[in-house]
Amino acid sequence: MKTGRFWAWVVFILGAAYFFIPLIATVEFSMRMRRGAYSFDAYQIVLGDPRFQATFMYSVVAAIFTIILGVLVVVPAAYWIRLRLPQIRPLVEFITLLPLVIPAIVIVFGYIRMYGSNSPLPFLANDTATNALLVIGYATLSLPYMYRAVDTGLRTIDVRTLTEAAQILGAGWSTIITRVILPNVLIAVLSGAFLTFAIVIGEFTMASLLNRPAFGPYLQNIGANRAYEPAALAIIAFAITWGCMSLIQILSRFAPKSANRPN
Amino acid sequence: MAEPFLSIQHVRKSFGATTVVEDFNLDVAPGEFVSFLGPSGCGKTTVLRMVAGFEEPSAGKIVVGGKDITRLKPNQRNVGMVFQAYALFPNLTVAQNIGFGLKVAGMAKAAIDSRVAEMLDIIKLPQMADRYPYQLSGGQQQRIALARAIAPKPKLLLLDEPLSALDAKVRVSLREEIRSIQKKLGITTIFVTHDQEEALSISDRIAVMYGGKAEQVGTPFEIYNRPATKFVANFVGTLNVLEGKVTDPASGKVQVNAQEVSLKGKLNGSKSGDTLSLALRPEAISLARQPGHDTSLSGEIAEVHFLGSVIRVRVGIGGNTVSLDTFNNSATPPPAVGEKADISFSSGDMLVLH
Repeated sequence: MKTGRFWAWVVFILGAAYFFIPLIATVEFSMRMRRGAYSFDAYQIVLGDPRFQATFMYSVVAAIFTIILGVLVVVPAAYWIRLRLPQIRPLVEFITLLPLVIPAIVIVFGYIRMYGSNSPLPFLANDTATNALLVIGYATLSLPYMYRAVDTGLRTIDVRTLTEAAQILGAGWSTIITRVILPNVLIAVLSGAFLTFAIVIGEFTMASLLNRPAFGPYLQNIGANRAYEPAALAIIAFAITWGCMSLIQILSRFAPKSANRPN
Repeated sequence: MAEPFLSIQHVRKSFGATTVVEDFNLDVAPGEFVSFLGPSGCGKTTVLRMVAGFEEPSAGKIVVGGKDITRLKPNQRNVGMVFQAYALFPNLTVAQNIGFGLKVAGMAKAAIDSRVAEMLDIIKLPQMADRYPYQLSGGQQQRIALARAIAPKPKLLLLDEPLSALDAKVRVSLREEIRSIQKKLGITTIFVTHDQEEALSISDRIAVMYGGKAEQVGTPFEIYNRPATKFVANFVGTLNVLEGKVTDPASGKVQVNAQEVSLKGKLNGSKSGDTLSLALRPEAISLARQPGHDTSLSGEIAEVHFLGSVIRVRVGIGGNTVSLDTFNNSATPPPAVGEKADISFSSGDMLVLH
């Protein structure tokens, strides 16, 4: 028993070291900009850079639109599959996993070929349309996370009976989705939303190849040309991601409790 | 029957090649409480779901209040329903759950609040308005579900095994409460159950279902005492089935283990030598001859179970075994196994099973 515990601690310490040592090294390196003393100069430079603010804001707005698009597509789809088409669930799960298998660069080259200025859907003809295409691309990339989060949320409630209970009380589909289903999977949707946010903030390939001023290409550009700022940026990006994860944890405490699963 | 309020006419339902409901017919009078009783898979819930609009009949029609609702969507039918799994909305409080249908109907907030308070009084849970479903017991949740179903004043109330998930004590109290509320509001109600005691105790009429068909529709008294088919006789209550041989169909004479029994009436459709299944309820039999008992059979005590106030005795009569209950009497010891015994009953209580 004691030996087992000892090895469990060894594995834990090795895992923690594997994770934290590079992180600590990056933090330490990002603070060495001033010769001979630790400082936050790199962070000040990065946060004061107008391009940082512009690209970060661009990515935040893109993430918000991606989340809205993802929720509008995924929630009704996952709901309908659970309610009426459970037999196609394995197929849909496979499709939603494709963005993890097909590299983003393949998807974006497909977009460029399909939606060029000669296409019937010329998404690349102007900036607004290209921004829309980027959001659609991001929604595709975040599909595995958003679908799984929502589907897991739907699994915790009796979708069919709740739907029927609402229907028999006179509710139509929009009322059922907005007042019965969505509030009960809201925390799952928020989990998916924060994962989407984290993905969009750091995404490079799509934004770069569609030539959009997003945070990912800015990170790459700084990384290629500066010494300490990329480390500071990496820590900032890391803090944003961890912030998102923490919010998921905090919000999940406010999830509506199922009557059948009170705890 | 007066003009039926609910009329289910020649309804059939098939899923692919499987027919789960066949030519189902039932008229329900206004304010009547009718139970669908049957084993799992007999089609009772499917009929209920067709009345609710969750399933569309493959053939036939459903009329409520003179209006054909067969093709109407569930949200256009003005029907209330209580589900086995409560189906309260977990994100809403008790008051919001009860007021859900009223809000959907566009009722003003003050009117909703007043109706919700009225409903909470009816189900005797006025202090629960701000609780969430997970803070309630199963029985309380089902009462809230009942209040939610009747709050919009539906034309028809459907109860889909609402007591199945509750413990025995709560089941009994809640079924009495459901019946009392139903009588008070005079709402026409269909109650689906597989529990015969539930159906017998609260229904005006029972439709006993088997294999997608209504085997018999009648009052609890009729269903219990005059089962129309072998299935109904076996499914409802405890039944002793004896095999007999017809000796004289014209005068209703049958032999059970070489002992003659005269049945009331002719045995139409039978001829001498035919084998018949005869049924007797345990409470129709006594060990000693009782006033009004015109028939007796001799046998041997096979088993005796002392259950306190009641003694359950099994008497072997040839290849048949008859079960009967006698009350405990401190002055008379129970019969011993192996003792010769005569059982007696009224020939009118003996049923021929088809």
